[in-house]
Amino acid sequence: MATALKINGKQHQVDLPDDVPLLWVLRDEVGLTGTKFGCGVAACGACTVHIDGEAVRSCQVALSDVWGDVTTIEGIGSPDAMAAIQQAWVDHQVAQCGYCQSGQIMQAAALLAENPAPSDTDIDDAMQGNLCRCGTYPRIRAAIHDAASKLKEA
Amino acid sequence: MASVGKILRRTFLIGSAAIVGGVAFGAYYVSRPAANPLRPAKGETALSPFVLIDQQGVTLFAPRAEMGQGVRTTWAALIAEELDVELDQVRVLHGPAAAAYYNSALVGEGLPNKGYDISDFQHNLGEALGVLGRTLGLQVTGGSTSMKDGFERMREAGATARETLKQAAADRLGVDRTQLKTENGTVIAPDGTRIPYTELSEAAGQIEPPEVELRDPSNWRLLGRNLPRVDVVGKSTGTAEFGIDVRPEGLKFASVRINPKLGGEMKSFDASAAEQMPGVEKVVDLGNGVAVIATNTWLAIQAVEAIDVDWGDAPYPPETDAVFAEIAKSFDTSPNSTMRDDGDVDTLPDGATEITAEYTVPYLAHSTMEPMNATALFTGSALELWCGNQAPTLVQIRAANTANLDKEAVQIHTTYLGGGFGRRGELDFGEIATKVAMAMPGVPVQTTWSREEDMRHDYYRPGAMARMRGAVKDGQAVLIDGKVAAQSCTQQAVQRYTGLPAGGPDKVLVEGFFNQPYAVPNYRMSGHIADLDIPVGFWRSVGNSHNGFFHETFMDEMAHAAGRDPLEFRLELAKAEHAPSAGCLQAVKEMSGWTGETPDGVGRGVAMTYSFGTPVAQVIEVVDEDGTIRIAKAWIACDVGLALDPGTVEAQMFGGMIYGLSAAVMGEITFSDGEVEQYNFPDYDALRMHNAPVTQVKILETNQHMGGVGEPGTPPSMPALGNALFDLTGERARTLPLINQFNLLV
Repeated sequence: MATALKINGKQHQVDLPDDVPLLWVLRDEVGLTGTKFGCGVAACGACTVHIDGEAVRSCQVALSDVWGDVTTIEGIGSPDAMAAIQQAWVDHQVAQCGYCQSGQIMQAAALLAENPAPSDTDIDDAMQGNLCRCGTYPRIRAAIHDAASKLKEA
Repeated sequence: MASVGKILRRTFLIGSAAIVGGVAFGAYYVSRPAANPLRPAKGETALSPFVLIDQQGVTLFAPRAEMGQGVRTTWAALIAEELDVELDQVRVLHGPAAAAYYNSALVGEGLPNKGYDISDFQHNLGEALGVLGRTLGLQVTGGSTSMKDGFERMREAGATARETLKQAAADRLGVDRTQLKTENGTVIAPDGTRIPYTELSEAAGQIEPPEVELRDPSNWRLLGRNLPRVDVVGKSTGTAEFGIDVRPEGLKFASVRINPKLGGEMKSFDASAAEQMPGVEKVVDLGNGVAVIATNTWLAIQAVEAIDVDWGDAPYPPETDAVFAEIAKSFDTSPNSTMRDDGDVDTLPDGATEITAEYTVPYLAHSTMEPMNATALFTGSALELWCGNQAPTLVQIRAANTANLDKEAVQIHTTYLGGGFGRRGELDFGEIATKVAMAMPGVPVQTTWSREEDMRHDYYRPGAMARMRGAVKDGQAVLIDGKVAAQSCTQQAVQRYTGLPAGGPDKVLVEGFFNQPYAVPNYRMSGHIADLDIPVGFWRSVGNSHNGFFHETFMDEMAHAAGRDPLEFRLELAKAEHAPSAGCLQAVKEMSGWTGETPDGVGRGVAMTYSFGTPVAQVIEVVDEDGTIRIAKAWIACDVGLALDPGTVEAQMFGGMIYGLSAAVMGEITFSDGEVEQYNFPDYDALRMHNAPVTQVKILETNQHMGGVGEPGTPPSMPALGNALFDLTGERARTLPLINQFNLLV
């Protein structure tokens, strides 16, 4: 039986077993590959998406348990129309290999939505579930502070 | 289109002419044209294999693996600097696997010199030996070599293309080429008219390229500046394509399990349960493992894990302790190499104090963020393979052998790499994906490893031990006698890549050990090879990753025994041997405000290593916070000779340091019953936002030759942290990871 999902504002009918994680629905069924597979056990944050605005690890949410509207990295902006947080990532040249950055950005976007002026400690608390093997943390921190101040001005 | 071969020949001669003149053997091969890797279609003109111009625009080829180090941007900038195009106005592609994209610098690294004391003659010899890279068609991204390799050749490719386009315009306008200028992809006529390169490309293809001169660095507009990375928008919007994101029409998804007793056989398997699971289309017998092809990666992973397999034993001792006992035993064998043997280490100088220490570091996984994967389409007579990889020509050969095809029938598409660190220089993921796809001809199949499969089937950084003996007298080091023992990555990799046994002195085993820039009169450093069959490979900074810890921890122990400040002790020894290395120490001293004193609850450590042509000094500060130790701050100074993109150099320095600190704090691969005991990030974690230090980087440019940047930030991090913990606690860190000894914040 097909499951109905709303992803990035668009309705989808997904015909997969109920226990398939949202991550693999997005990547292999819907074709939204911006959300990444890193560990499958909620230990790295590469698969972070928003469900009703909340940052969640999509590798841990079964298809039948998706409780609201899903937003992925593709849903918050595009190369020609980037979200403020994405522009901050570009301005600070954050990405190295870049594989974890979709998850980092989605986690940071949720942080800023909840806390428009996060302190370094707030950033530590919110971001420590997101692993980056290239060690881009200093620039991630700078980009979050910068996005916060730009969003405040806007 | 008459002269593609000629143009190629010229392109490779230009820039290497002076070197070619000096080496007769090399000259023959250098002058033989490489196969044209671009196969220009009608209406296109191949000016050189690094530049393609057609009606659509200008395409630059950066045939080096972009694994985060920024190579695609800086490589393209080398061409664009001379070609007079803007990076946001051109396409930058990786290009196909091709012999013409050989890495000349990587082969030059094999010379048995220390590196920092290299004379101009040796430097030229190294570049001349680089022609062997082309002879072998070795297209490899590794060894922090890309900029050394591309620096001359790419600017010459750009300049040659520019002057040829100008000549085409001169012919059209009936003026002399010297009257023309170029800017932003156009030739500017004396009257100010602009002719786009695209309009000149076809005519340019008929012209013999003129001799070119490279611009003086004082006129550079791109190089030496912070350039926006060409990949940064894609990587900030989820649109950059990694191997795991490739989606050819009709794609199926597979996952794999290979014997966890590494190198052991597969005796039998029962897949009856897996075959009944949802989405499963096919179970594939790989000989030493199994794969499942399904409609979804997750369904494939579930099914492959449901297969009941009887695995054979591993060909090495099954427990960690026995493995290290075997490594220790190799100290009793004669050394594989003694690349430094100065003075007389067997006689203790009169009045000197002798000290000894033994160090041990574990096996390490690369643990890239993107698990191993590759996508293959096998048609019976041809194979297409998509993957992030560091060695496309080697992948191509391996895939061709696997599929029993000619190399020419195998097309390699190199995507972005979700981390490399040396892991994606291996060929296993491409070979496995090829075998899986061969089970379903005509259908593209993506084979993705689970994180557990990736973690437990690596080519690990070898576990290593060192036995150090030294002597100090009157506050100075007068003797160092060191032995390192580990498996040989080089010998194993040569066997793996070529099927041929490798012998001879292994420089990689002792790099960062024998060639450290300190003036110590009696100095002998030897390497002992442990005979073990655990799969080992090239991990960011390779031999330097363990030798940096051994050498620089021992330097600290000697400074302590001599009653000296550890930074001043090093500075004195480095000043007498290699000024750029001393300069890095001086820089971190000033940046950190080093006084040799720290308040209660704060510890500082310093280390300096010379690797890949670049000295890097680091000071690390640790803080005791109610019994938990936090790595609070770090200062890094490097001397790269010439920083082509300072922003990228800075990123590689702090990134390389964090990679090393992660290993130092908590990285450890152990064995039980022949299997790796770490499965996933909870067992093999790394530093994160909350426990990574606040970092300052200083880039110096006094070094005579350009050094690498991707790896040199890693080796000094581990000893600098260990030395800081000694300063804080008075306990010496002689074994990694440090979490087993100190209560570090994780």
